[in-house]
Amino acid sequence: MLHADFFRRWMTAAAASVEREAERLTALDSPIGDADHGSNLHRGFAAVVAVLEKDAPDTPGAVLVLAGRQLISTVGGASGPLYGTLLRRTGKALGDAVEVSEGQLADALRAGVDAVMTLGGAAPGDKTMIDALVPAVAALDESFTAARSAAEEGALATTPLQARKGRASYLGERSIGHQDPGATSAALLIAALADTAEHREATDA
Amino acid sequence: MPAGARVGIVLVSHSAAVAASVAELAKGLAGAGADVPVAPAGGTDDGGLGTSAELISAAAASVDRGAGVAVLTDLGSAVLTVKALLAEGDELPGSTRLVDAPFVEGAVAAVVTASTGADLAAVAAAAAEAYAYRKE
Repeated sequence: MLHADFFRRWMTAAAASVEREAERLTALDSPIGDADHGSNLHRGFAAVVAVLEKDAPDTPGAVLVLAGRQLISTVGGASGPLYGTLLRRTGKALGDAVEVSEGQLADALRAGVDAVMTLGGAAPGDKTMIDALVPAVAALDESFTAARSAAEEGALATTPLQARKGRASYLGERSIGHQDPGATSAALLIAALADTAEHREATDA
Repeated sequence: MPAGARVGIVLVSHSAAVAASVAELAKGLAGAGADVPVAPAGGTDDGGLGTSAELISAAAASVDRGAGVAVLTDLGSAVLTVKALLAEGDELPGSTRLVDAPFVEGAVAAVVTASTGADLAAVAAAAAEAYAYRKE
């Protein structure tokens, strides 16, 4: 079973990963976006870590709701409300339980991804974070590791696509040939989840 | 709604200058004596280009007279941030509505309509109707 501490470690791992990869995310966002994805997410996840240290929510749902709220408040670009909604809705789906199963987390994440699709109006193939998140949550039934692979493959598969959402969509065919920064950061978030789960298993063993 | 209270208008842009200028334009075209509360929420907290949830919440609170608040936005993250704040439930005054309207034209229509004492639904409808005005 997964407790609040697991979710705090996931958020901390995500923040570290975003910090490590911030320059690469911003570089990906330069040709087709406004070159701030890495710095925006870095600011947002740093704020998430800070608020989780201060408030220390004691249920999985509360950790994710607080993290999501913080992202909406601090990111400053479209990825703030999108990632914020993903985490908040996932957290709300987990409810007040003190511990949740991996299956419950998978179901909650699917609800979170559905909420992001509703908010942003994006579907798979639009060259957005959805292209990493949808295959990831589908693979979660198998394992966290499978979800990480599916997210990374989904992010790589955005390269030949033409953007149909956000600023990149204005570029039309010129958006083809660039990996989507949002799908890339979504893969980082899922990879941080898998790392956290694998570390837990290694510790438990 | 309280007698005489005007619907509040919040203008959310990626740019502080754009939000402030559109607010000035809309109030100017609404005419003298039009006591409509209008607040710009442009750019990020530190003055950069982007969207600030804090500025939006503060602007909405500042124009709330109990008659409802109409929020107009420009692009992308401005729209998504307002929708996310509305989904939060307690970040914006209870009768806040995101209005689907062109930013400049919708702002003028909203402020002029609000100045007549119209309710939130009428203000939102007037702003949305600005989409119907074709320019060619």
